Amino acid sequence: MSKCVCVVAEYRAGDFRRVAYEVASEGKRIADILGTNVCAVLVGSNVMDKAPTLGRYGVDKVYVADDPALENYLPETHVPVIADLIKKCDPALVLLSASVDGKDLSARLSARLEEGLVQDCTEIVVDGGKIKVKKPIYAGKCLAWSQWAEGAMPLISCRPNVMSCMAPMEDKKAEVEKVDVAVPQARSSVTGLELDTSGRVGLSGAEIIVSGGRGMKEASNFSILEELAKLLGAAVGASRAAVDSGWRPHADQVGQTGKVVNPNLYIAAGISGAIQHLAGMGSSKFIVAINKDADAPIFSKADYGIVEDLFAFIPALTEEVRKLKSTCS
Amino acid sequence: MNIVVVLKQTPDTESVIRIAADGKSVVTDGFKWIINPYDEFAVEAALRLKQQHGGTVTILSYGPQRVVESIRTALAMGADNAVMIADDAIESYGRLKLAKAVAAAIKQLNADIVLMGSRAVDYDMAQRGPMVAEFLDWPHLPLAVSIECDGSKVTIQRPIEGGKVTMQSTLPVLVTFGGSHAVWNPRYASLPGIMKAKKKPLATKSLADLGLDAAEFTPDKAKVRNISLEMPAERAAGRIINGDLDTAGKAAELVRVLHEEAKVI
Ligand SMILES: Cc1cc2nc3c(=O)[nH]c(=O)nc-3n(C[C@H](O)[C@H](O)[C@H](O)COP(=O)(O)OP(=O)(O)OC[C@H]3O[C@@H](n4cnc5c(N)ncnc54)[C@H](O)[C@@H]3O)c2cc1C
Repeated sequence: MSKCVCVVAEYRAGDFRRVAYEVASEGKRIADILGTNVCAVLVGSNVMDKAPTLGRYGVDKVYVADDPALENYLPETHVPVIADLIKKCDPALVLLSASVDGKDLSARLSARLEEGLVQDCTEIVVDGGKIKVKKPIYAGKCLAWSQWAEGAMPLISCRPNVMSCMAPMEDKKAEVEKVDVAVPQARSSVTGLELDTSGRVGLSGAEIIVSGGRGMKEASNFSILEELAKLLGAAVGASRAAVDSGWRPHADQVGQTGKVVNPNLYIAAGISGAIQHLAGMGSSKFIVAINKDADAPIFSKADYGIVEDLFAFIPALTEEVRKLKSTCS
Repeated sequence: MNIVVVLKQTPDTESVIRIAADGKSVVTDGFKWIINPYDEFAVEAALRLKQQHGGTVTILSYGPQRVVESIRTALAMGADNAVMIADDAIESYGRLKLAKAVAAAIKQLNADIVLMGSRAVDYDMAQRGPMVAEFLDWPHLPLAVSIECDGSKVTIQRPIEGGKVTMQSTLPVLVTFGGSHAVWNPRYASLPGIMKAKKKPLATKSLADLGLDAAEFTPDKAKVRNISLEMPAERAAGRIINGDLDTAGKAAELVRVLHEEAKVI
């Protein structure tokens, strides 16, 4: 059999992250085309129990490094260990997550292995046995296709929430091989990890996002967006103008110098639609714009536009959503 | 403290992107060139570190002659001197080669700390920092939204999905910067700053000056190649929900279409 497809499974705080299943599913899809199997690499602390469950997403064999020193992602420790496990798999190509940690890991790994990487891919194609990938550039204003030199081992990080997850094969377990690794002495360390346990939906991975801009006028007015978001199970985002004004934390900024999001539904309230903002949300499946200026550029990108004062419209919308939710449930 | 900031010049974020005749590059005519915003955050962080600890801030950049303008802007913000790897085609040799060249230049600078953006607003590869750190065999602290240094240790905070992480490292260390304008609020160049910048030292280096074998730095040795570009599907402008509806009527109609047509709520 030809060389395997290797997937690096992202794990945090006791479980795989959803993107790990997306990457495994994509790995399986490519392995089927190439007529080979899927190996996974898993590093962490106390991860042996969970390792076989990757089989549900098409993984045949998992190479595991399990060590208390690998609890949290730290480039200095994770990169050499993962590089060694990948060498053990001896794969044809490696798929990783273009998550926060995954992008960082992928880049340093690329240098360590001296193999070429394309980050944040949204599509992988096998073309006559050769791998070709697509990624957005210039914040999604353009898409670039790349290919690797003869004999290279492609490293590909996959944008979260883009590649589909297969229906899990409940009874399938992956074979697991625990590998003894020497975790290198590190000069850096993780000294704190705070996970948001408020249950608030985060921007990355949200299916619906309600965003506010300068039109919100002040911080406290965001409460009307939060109320709507809560009903919809949505995350709340913001334009740079709202963040620069100090109304929202920078982590909520959507756009070219903020987060790139791709929810099913993006509702923009009091946002004009500057090119840098559109860059961050232009690939949303459906866009709703609420703006009192009928000439606002956001309307040219919106599937549904509402020309209204948001302070009148948002409460009315919240009311209608409430009605819908009460009849549905 | 000897602080080095790696700076890339990118097209302004307002730029209209068009595909060139070769089908794999973009039309650069009419571009306004700026300091990559994330690298600008790193310049600001470097100037603050210098205010606290003294030392020098060296700007390290690369590319064709036009990059000098962005270097001068960073000098006008308050950096002390600059090194430029002058090579028109440096980006065509691949990311690994670029990182090697940057690492080689850093080695000559005797840096205690190297700062740069976590990504660039053009190709958004998010590779340079971690790659350079690996080639230097240094620790790196990724995606900082805050940085503190006590002279021997550096502490940063970084956002992750649904949380935040605090990381620490001894010097020397490489730090990449995330965040936004609201977080770093990079200073503007003052008029006296602009005047002074003209006289600040800028050393130009070739790959050979960095001890690199130019024969290894050719486009055909790149591991990854850009084969073609395509424009994303145009979003058709949708419809304005209007008619003669009042506010409540529009809200009801919007909820109906989102539920029945778009099926997203
Ligand atoms: C290097 C760089 C990077 C940038 N990165 C980003 C980024 O990541 N994200 C980002 O968002 N921007 C970014 N920007 C900024 C961008 O250019 C715009 O300035 C910003 O997006 C404007 O935000 P806004 O739409 O909220 O504000 P404005 O453009 O001021 O628009 C406010 C809108 O609200 C409407 N409005 C006002 N009151 C009401 C009301 N009562 N009811 C309904 N509508 C109302 C107005 O009609 C107007 O259309 C960047 C800029 C630069 C130079």
